[in-house]
Order: sequence, then C-alpha cells, then structure tokens
Amino acid sequence: MTSNLKVKVWRGREEGDFATYEVPRLESQTVLDVVTYIQRRVDPSLSYRYACRVGMCGSCAMTVNGVARWTCRTHVSKVAKDGRLEIAPLSNLPVVKDLVTDMSEFFDKWARALGRFKGGTSRKDDFARVKPESLERRAVDAGIECIGCGACYASCDVVSWRPEYLGPAALNRAWTLVNDVRDTQRQERLGAVAGDAGCHACHTLATCTERCPKQLAPTAGIAGLKRLLARTKLEAEA
Amino acid sequence: MNGSVATQARLWLWQRVSAMVLGVCVLVHLAVIIHAVRGGLSAAEILARTQGSWAFGAFYTVFVLAAAVHAPIGLARIAEEWLGWRGLKVTVATHLFGLLLLVTGLRAVYGVVVP
Repeated sequence: MTSNLKVKVWRGREEGDFATYEVPRLESQTVLDVVTYIQRRVDPSLSYRYACRVGMCGSCAMTVNGVARWTCRTHVSKVAKDGRLEIAPLSNLPVVKDLVTDMSEFFDKWARALGRFKGGTSRKDDFARVKPESLERRAVDAGIECIGCGACYASCDVVSWRPEYLGPAALNRAWTLVNDVRDTQRQERLGAVAGDAGCHACHTLATCTERCPKQLAPTAGIAGLKRLLARTKLEAEA
Repeated sequence: MNGSVATQARLWLWQRVSAMVLGVCVLVHLAVIIHAVRGGLSAAEILARTQGSWAFGAFYTVFVLAAAVHAPIGLARIAEEWLGWRGLKVTVATHLFGLLLLVTGLRAVYGVVVP
C-alpha cells in the first residue's frame, strides 16, 4: 500500500479538462478520501460536495471511472484499475464547478411529480393505521429509503435524450406516495407523472436500478406507475 | 408524440397491446414460413394456400393493423430521443409512415387472398 494513485479529476465548469494528481495509496481508502486529500494537501481550489461520509446524506455522488457512485462508500480497491482513477461530476446535471453539480432541476422534478405528501387529517384526528403487510405498504418498502443522491438520474439514458423527463428518483418518490393510503393527491399525482415527460418515457433499461447505491429498484416503481395508469382514467386536458 | 398527457398514456398502452398481438402474429407467421418452405417455395404454391382463404385473410389483416399501430409510435420515440424532433414534425412523419404500412400491407393481403 505504498504506491501512488494516478487520479484524473475534472476541473472547470461545462468547459474544462481533467487534471492529474498523485495521491498516496492507503489501506481502506475511499474515493472521497482521495478527493479530500487532493483538496487539503495538493490543490485547495478543488470544489466538491460531501457531508456525512457514511452513506446517509447522499451529497457526495460523483462519476468514478465512468459510473455514478457515492464516493464515501466506494473503496478505491473496488474501482481503481492499475492504480488509476477518473473522477468527474455527475452526468445529466449542470456543473457549478469541478465536481459540484447544480441539483436544482433534479429536485424541481420531484416537485413537478408532486413528490410532497399531503394528508387529509389534522392533529386532532387519530393516527392513521397502515398495515405493514398490506400490498401498498409492501410495494414501497424499498422505495421509501431513497436519499436523493442523484446517482440514478445521472445514469439514466432517457434523461440525457429527453431533458424534460422526470427521471427515476422523482418517479420513485411519486410511486411511494401513490401507495400511501393517507395521501389525498393520488389522482393529481398520477396525472403529473403520466406521459412522455413522465413514466411512459421509461424504456425499462434499468440502469437506475443497477446503479442505485441502496439497491433500490426505481424501474419497478415506474413499471408500477404505468400499470396503475393503464387502469386509471386521466382527464383529457392538454 | 404530442397531445395531452392522457393521449401520450393511451399511445403507450396501444403500443403495449399491439406488441402483444404482434408477438403472437410473428410466431404464427414463422411457423407458416417453416411449413411453407418444405419442398421448395413457389408463387403458385403460396397463392393456392391463401386465395379465397378467409382465415389467412383475417390473420394477416390483424398482423398489418397491429404493425401499423405499433411501428409509428416506436418511431416517434426514436425521432424524439435520437433526432431531437418535436411537435408537428413527429406527428406528421409518423402518421404518414403508419398510413404507408397500412396501405401497402392491406394491399398485399388483398393481392394474395382475393382470387
């Protein structure tokens, strides 16, 4: 573990280039450790984003050797080929600087998919009882664990071909809410996620499912939305 | 494709259903081909089988209809995602292509079935 890593890191904005850094190879080193080493010891002007370092916050996702990953939970030993790493910002999102992307559009799409819970009861009402074994609850057991890191969105080919497409994360969020029996916006939400900017644009390529760091399956949720919509009458509005 | 979200959702459903029909049609068609080419293939032999046959006529009419529904919807997707076409251009181009499939397909069915 004494050799050096050759690390190419994206510098610049949409226009820019890769800069190469030598980073000491350490045991149990993560890709986030590598980026942090560069910023603290080699070039303090490098911009990147992280918070928790333990796979809870979802802010450190970057493109590592061409694949979107959480850098904090990716060991160098797993991804470095011949001691080489290439670290770039997430795809399908505008680059603010270096490894930092602008996530506004990503989260705006959650809002467009009506990704916010709206209940029909007040604090004066009794608690809602959702049976853990009910079909609806089991359908979203995995989906509700999404922390919004954007790895699926950056990996989705349909997003790159069709920029208005809501993307796997927003549709996964919508899927968890249409299965929430307490929510009162089911019909509006189904309208919001239908059509060519919504679930019907998904080609079931399943790259989102393959790349999700939490092994969630947005593809399954999107297929579920399509099935629900096939049985739902939408208002024929433009 | 264009139109309302409801139309887009409906088109998606139409494509799914037509794909199911095509799946069956293609299998039957392949079986017919394998059966037909045994011992050579001639125009006279084909026409002897198809002319006046309502079964062949009905089957291939369904095949043509399903293809004419399925292909334009898929091509619209490709035009939008790979060529960046949007709006009226996609609608007109794919409708014309669907019409072409429909006319040439039904013309072919007519040609081999009606004596």
